[in-house]
Amino acid sequence: MIRVFALLMGALFGAGLYVAGMTNPAKVQGFLDITGQWDPSLIFVMAAGIPVAWVGYALMMRRGSTVLNQPLFQAAQQHIDRPLVVGSVLFGAGWGLGGFCPGPGLASLLLQPATAGAFVLAMVAGMLLNDKLISR
Amino acid sequence: MTEFTPISALVGGSLIGLSAAIGYLALGKVTGISGIFGRLLGGDMGHAQWGLWFLIGMVAMPALMHALMPSEHGFTAPSIGVVVLAGLLVGVGTRMGSGCTSGHGICGMARLSVRSIVATCIFVGSGVVVVAFLRHVLGVFG
Repeated sequence: MIRVFALLMGALFGAGLYVAGMTNPAKVQGFLDITGQWDPSLIFVMAAGIPVAWVGYALMMRRGSTVLNQPLFQAAQQHIDRPLVVGSVLFGAGWGLGGFCPGPGLASLLLQPATAGAFVLAMVAGMLLNDKLISR
Repeated sequence: MTEFTPISALVGGSLIGLSAAIGYLALGKVTGISGIFGRLLGGDMGHAQWGLWFLIGMVAMPALMHALMPSEHGFTAPSIGVVVLAGLLVGVGTRMGSGCTSGHGICGMARLSVRSIVATCIFVGSGVVVVAFLRHVLGVFG
């Protein structure tokens, strides 16, 4: 049952990215281009996504358990630290540079194999570089 | 330049939010793509391999939709060299910063996590600065 839910979640997520236009890097860069030809569409992705996600979180907290009897989510860390800040600066720079964040990069793999494939391979290298060398 | 598409953004955002809501309510998990994918790279597929199944759904669905009902949005990306550099930065940054647009920007913001709110403001700000520099100082793409 967990796998069915996970597959469904992935399908919903991929559909959402595709419908919203986040699988087009130019659209993401247009959203970040506030000093130029700004395309504010992606604000609407967050404006819809955050409250809907909140409903799921609130229902989980209210019942104090999960539907599939999994451990309740608990935040690992609470404080703002240097890795959070430096990592977010680097991520944002890459996001602006390429117009891909991890979800849309993966979701575009079958649609744009060459470009998304290059992005995902480089992202894998970056993740391993961080996990094995930088943030060990 | 791309067109302003608030309706498809709202619909797409709702679908992403629904996925994240199910993640909390059914699995007690944060639906963060860099986390799921990064753990998979480290050999951790999650309980009952949920991370693997999630990724299969996320990769397959856009291709299925593209075949059945192509979206109005096109595809325009920077050159491969730029995309590779971007991928490296995204890989290092999301692992170091413990999350990306989904984990911090949607799931973390939804539970009003201070860490996620700070991270989201920083990565959006950083992206804005980079795009402004590329487009309006260097005058490349767009």
